[in-house]
Amino acid sequence: MTAGEALLDPGVAERVLARALASGGEFAEVFAERRRGLTMAIDESRIESVQSGAEEGAGVRVLSGGTTYFAHVDGLEPAELERAAAEAAAALGAERAEPRPLRANATDPLPVEQRPEAVTAERKAELLRELDERGRAEGGEIVQLQASYAEGRREVAIANSDGLLGGDDRTRVRIGVQAVARRGERVETGAETLGGHRGFELLEEEPEAIATAAARKALTLLDASPAPAGSMPVVVGGGFGGVLFHEMTGHGLEADHVQKGASVYAGKLGEAVAQPLLSAYDDGRMPGEWGSDGIDDEGVPTQKTQVIAGGRLTSFLYDGLTARREGVASTGNGRRESFRHLPIPRMTNTYIAPGEAEPEAMIAEVKKGFYAVSFGGGQVDPATGDFVFGVSEGYLIEDGRVTAPCRGATLIGNCLEALAAIDAVGDDFWMKTGMCGKGGQKVPVGTGQGHIRIAAMTVGGTEL
Amino acid sequence: VSAVDLDLAQGAVGAAIDAGAGDAEAYASEAARREVRAHGGTVESLSAATQRGIGVRAWIDGQVGCAFGTDFTPAGVAAIAARAVEAARVADRDQYAGPPAEPGEAPALAGLRDPSVAELTTEGAAELAVAVERAALGFDRRVLAVEQAVYVDSDERVAIASSSGARGEFADSSCYAYAQALADGESSRETGLGFGLGRGPAGLDPAAIGREAGERATEMIGSRKPPSRACPVVLDPTVAASFVGLIGGALGANAVQRGRSPLAGMVGEPVASEAFALRDDGLEPEGFAAAPIDAEGVPRRRTPLIEEGRLLTYLYDTSTARRGGAESTGNAGRSSYRGPPAVSASNLIVSPGQLGFADLLREAGDGVFVTDVAGLHAGVNPVSGVFSVGASGRAIRDGALAEPLREFTIASDLVAMLKAIRAVGASPRWVPFGGSVSVPPLLIGEMAIGGS
Repeated sequence: MTAGEALLDPGVAERVLARALASGGEFAEVFAERRRGLTMAIDESRIESVQSGAEEGAGVRVLSGGTTYFAHVDGLEPAELERAAAEAAAALGAERAEPRPLRANATDPLPVEQRPEAVTAERKAELLRELDERGRAEGGEIVQLQASYAEGRREVAIANSDGLLGGDDRTRVRIGVQAVARRGERVETGAETLGGHRGFELLEEEPEAIATAAARKALTLLDASPAPAGSMPVVVGGGFGGVLFHEMTGHGLEADHVQKGASVYAGKLGEAVAQPLLSAYDDGRMPGEWGSDGIDDEGVPTQKTQVIAGGRLTSFLYDGLTARREGVASTGNGRRESFRHLPIPRMTNTYIAPGEAEPEAMIAEVKKGFYAVSFGGGQVDPATGDFVFGVSEGYLIEDGRVTAPCRGATLIGNCLEALAAIDAVGDDFWMKTGMCGKGGQKVPVGTGQGHIRIAAMTVGGTEL
Repeated sequence: VSAVDLDLAQGAVGAAIDAGAGDAEAYASEAARREVRAHGGTVESLSAATQRGIGVRAWIDGQVGCAFGTDFTPAGVAAIAARAVEAARVADRDQYAGPPAEPGEAPALAGLRDPSVAELTTEGAAELAVAVERAALGFDRRVLAVEQAVYVDSDERVAIASSSGARGEFADSSCYAYAQALADGESSRETGLGFGLGRGPAGLDPAAIGREAGERATEMIGSRKPPSRACPVVLDPTVAASFVGLIGGALGANAVQRGRSPLAGMVGEPVASEAFALRDDGLEPEGFAAAPIDAEGVPRRRTPLIEEGRLLTYLYDTSTARRGGAESTGNAGRSSYRGPPAVSASNLIVSPGQLGFADLLREAGDGVFVTDVAGLHAGVNPVSGVFSVGASGRAIRDGALAEPLREFTIASDLVAMLKAIRAVGASPRWVPFGGSVSVPPLLIGEMAIGGS
């Protein structure tokens, strides 16, 4: 039995697909999902916001003549699924089409060692208390601390008229800490997260370290000066520093933007877009990573896709629909937030592969510049390539040394220029978790890299 | 399967009490949603569905827990209620927690639902989205394409009940359309967003939405980075709304009481220029957040927040009101049945001033008109109020709009920006960014621009 059969009986799936194509169409698909989750938080050293959620439902889509027809229902009753199929097909009026017989695709869900549902809620509350204590222990200037715990399980089953029948069972766990430090009128914050496509085993090793890190960030910022404004060399830290690549390149590689001419990377396949020292990947199979899944939300096994090889653009990221349009294979990047959403091309875990530079040496070569250790997040307009990032922890670089901490810095620039200006890639490497929004849908993504250096970039601060 | 009504909500409350809750509350909603995406003169995708759910909050002697789900069968509702009780047992005791003691009489509120939403056919919705795209393309031959023209509508029913006697139900509708136009900018592409919103499709003007997208995209052609400096800044309503939304967040009593608001401890103090007045108005039917009652059944109301620059009050739900020795302002909000109830602004309305747009520019003299900001979620520290965000817009020279500008930042902190407001424009606009906000253009006396 595949992972999805408990959710979607193959016989029911065949009836639903037949109903979906009863008035014509080239392709039909049913996506069934059961999601369970538990979240809780600690604030003012008190456990609160405990919430448990359970939803199930299915989405049915029919493709016909360039148009996607979509309907979804709450619940997984066979009659409800057939009603969704009828609704999706309601606007069609052509000859019946026949789905192919279903054949089960054997795909293994990613392994989970310790099911979070099997761990008591008290143990999770205890973990939050430990995070709270650890963060506050960093000093009396830590005046507020919030920590959160979230676990979620998504069982999905997918069947389509090409005969695909697949399923996946996905468990994710994530914790986060936000600390507030105060000295007189000065108030600063620091945040840190830890997450993965894993069970409770994620939290076996020293999860309290994120509380220490968040508190230290906030405390460091108490001594920070206003950030400089102007163009200068910028060294970006590893891990969540990879959100820079995610925003300035990853989104522009999603095939829906490319096909509409709304990406600065359109028409650049095979061309040099970066210096030869840069290679990058989107990899939905990285073991345990936050953005990994066994299959994508169209049933295609996730894969490792090289998007930049030695500075040359080698691939875009496709879902089924955009791949079909170009006559290529999906890269397993068709993802959706839930059964209530249509799949679109999305990143999974996106990263710049480790290079050869030593991070210390990279900084030592900069006379006057900026060191962006981590970001609060970022945004890009894939069509113009303009992007902006909020720096959550940053320092000045003076005469090759990291000096004063800065607050309120923003990095701003244009994708193609900034990507081509990366002149060093560090030999260190790690991944971090993020939530990525596109078209009103949020999905978990991983970002990663070692330290990198951008020869010139605009830092937007208040110190003119 | 039951429909969304008071009986369903009351049943969920009863199930939670049976499962061991001392008090309980239920919020049930059902919405028919439709979304049409048009591209290249045809429909790219058409989604239609009814989605429903119920959220239950349970109290056991000061412990609070929440649960939500989509199973409306009696057994399903009982299971959701039981999970809420189970969640409450994990929480620590909060002496201020509990349902509203005397929720009060909900006002009758007309104008929340436009029946034309339900009457609009699928073909009609598709035509509307296509018309938006056509208008954008027709605005100027330099508009190459429209990445997406989208029409969305929603027809919703909500029912709320609690063991302390709060109860109410209402229906509302909303619709909006937007387009993202792409213009050929010689060496680079430019984009522009146009949008419109209303209670029903009759409130949308597809031609105006498309024209705005086309105009915003083409006016950016030839844009370049401005030099870094401090200067007067005029914020377009779409930009001002995002900042007003952040101020609304900072006025939530939860953030204030927990020391996470730049406006904590400032009631009675000047926090803005005298030109600035702001209110929270949960009874203004033009705003999508309007409702007779809030998410815990307390009547919505109109709450002046800032008048003549002075801060008058914070926004409260029941538990923050108890903690603050105040009265609930009817500001318990839920993003949906899935989001746990929390203090949040309803409709934020900035009182219009005297100056028309041309007069605002004349008053600015020499500065920058900001039409778009990016990276708000990353560039604003909601605790300290310090921000630095990416922006684009037009130069203001000799009191009139001049060349387009891109790739610069604007930086300040929320209170300093409010105090620096020199004039408020006369023509407000409803904007769905930053919540539900009605705001005219704002002239800020001085702000730091980071460019070349």
